[in-house]
Amino acid sequence: MARAVSTRRKLIVTLLAWTIGIAIFFPILWTVLTSFKTEAEAIASPPSLFFFDWTTENYAAVQSRSNYGLHFSNSVIISLGSTLLGLLIAIPAAWSMAFVPGKWTKDILMWMLSTKMLPPVGVLIPIYLMFRDTGLLDSRLGLVIVLTLINLPIIVWMLYTYFKEIPVDILEAARMDGAALWSEIIYVLTPMAVPGIASTLLLNVILAWNEAFWTLNLTAAKAAPLTAFIASYSSPEGLFYAKLSAASTMAIAPILILGWFSQKQLVRGLTFGAVK
Amino acid sequence: MGRITLDKVTKRFGDVEVIPPLDLTIEEGEFVVFVGPSGCGKSTLLRLIAGLEDVTGGQIRIDGKDATETPPAKRGLAMVFQSYALYPHMSVRKNIAFPLKMAGMDQAEQKRRIDNAAKVLNLADYIDRRPGQLSGGQRQRVAIGRAIVREPAAFLFDEPLSNLDAALRVGMRLEISELHERLKTTMVYVTHDQVEAMTMADKIVVLRAGHIEQVGSPLELYRAPRNLFVASFIGSPKMNLISGSEAAKRSASTIGIRPEHISVSPTEGLWKGRVGVSEHLGSDTFFYVHDTGLADDITVRVSGEVELRAGDTVYLTPDAEKIHRFDQAGLRLK
Repeated sequence: MARAVSTRRKLIVTLLAWTIGIAIFFPILWTVLTSFKTEAEAIASPPSLFFFDWTTENYAAVQSRSNYGLHFSNSVIISLGSTLLGLLIAIPAAWSMAFVPGKWTKDILMWMLSTKMLPPVGVLIPIYLMFRDTGLLDSRLGLVIVLTLINLPIIVWMLYTYFKEIPVDILEAARMDGAALWSEIIYVLTPMAVPGIASTLLLNVILAWNEAFWTLNLTAAKAAPLTAFIASYSSPEGLFYAKLSAASTMAIAPILILGWFSQKQLVRGLTFGAVK
Repeated sequence: MGRITLDKVTKRFGDVEVIPPLDLTIEEGEFVVFVGPSGCGKSTLLRLIAGLEDVTGGQIRIDGKDATETPPAKRGLAMVFQSYALYPHMSVRKNIAFPLKMAGMDQAEQKRRIDNAAKVLNLADYIDRRPGQLSGGQRQRVAIGRAIVREPAAFLFDEPLSNLDAALRVGMRLEISELHERLKTTMVYVTHDQVEAMTMADKIVVLRAGHIEQVGSPLELYRAPRNLFVASFIGSPKMNLISGSEAAKRSASTIGIRPEHISVSPTEGLWKGRVGVSEHLGSDTFFYVHDTGLADDITVRVSGEVELRAGDTVYLTPDAEKIHRFDQAGLRLK
């Protein structure tokens, strides 16, 4: 039998959970609500929460002024492309670190993680110049490459932890059964690590989708993803809260839906090993 | 097919030499058991043969061909692991088919071999289940099935029965022995259990700290252990080892007498003692006899039921023909 929990305690915990949940969700809710207001109502004080004239004119305005479809497809290509490329590099890397660790494996892992501690702006100038000279500025390929490199340490780390959970006996059995290195990785390791690989993929798609520093600095129009699309509403022509909110809503909706449907997988993946 | 030769094979992990130069020949069709206490290097030796570990020096030949540098996938050996090491994401059928698929065998032949293995090992009832849905014994059967379908040059078993309960262990032991009878394929089997070694092996290799202490048939090892280590390792209950004047009388440093080679009498005999604990197995009775002045405890094994109580005085008489004599270095004296 489970621990006896008093009703009062349950009530408090439930209320607390809802309060925290709503507090976290509130900015997103506010953005969505604002996107359905007129510009005048958006800046009205005191603001009205639900009782205003609902309008979709902001969406129409945003759609007519810019090409949502292009930015959306850029975001998809960049986030998926960088994650898949990252996995392609990281799976063999994590395999070797998990199953044939060398003397320096731990140090390499730490070093890889330490690159995440560097403020990206510190390398902006050199990367910008390199991109300019190689013609990668404002190209999807360029962003795929830079986001792959940025997220690679996280991908390797996550896969490394998942792979460590897989008994080495099973890989040795595959070797004894005549599997060469790539067959072992493709037929045995990868299917066994699917939950881990899936959550790595999801998390990195989300990270890449939301990445705003490099995507803003290295793109202009052609390769600009949704982050740049939102940003284009924020400053130069004054503040248009309602339109900015509409653009934001359109930008975060796809990833929000993806996250909603995959939350089970994400949570399971992120706690994999911890609760096994 | 299936002759394995180890020629001055050595293995070091860093500065630790786990296998000093070692020579051994495993003949075609032989059932060889590596036995020894834990940490004696028996599993490492098996993994060297399998190719899962690289040798530090020396040569391994399989059917006369140098296989020292051959990766495990190309050695033509099959291995059964202590943990079974089944592929959890594949059904039993796919697990067994995996080595055939890796060998690029055509579908019809794959099916024929899988069906055959399923029949031999009684896997048919759960052939479409996943390993997670099977019991330990069933998993072990699947692991053996996966090994036999390839028709390998030799089977390597790494303590395959240690995760099974006692009753199942005896059953599987018999099945593996029968499998060897039928297939006549070389089998190399690692265990720390000397009963498994005695019951299954054609040839036992007793290892200690990477050294081969003795190689021989189970009965050779039982009758003529080459040194004190083998003498006390082979046989259950353990051989009684006695040093001091009784040994000196027989011009040895230590003498050994197996529990089953001592007769018990309440009235007369060579050594006098007092009965301590006795264990009644029905078929046999073990007595632990104290206060003999020879060793802490003398173990005696008597057939059938013998009525002796704790504290009773007994007289023990060893069978003179069955006394083993060892010199100061622990080596057997002729």
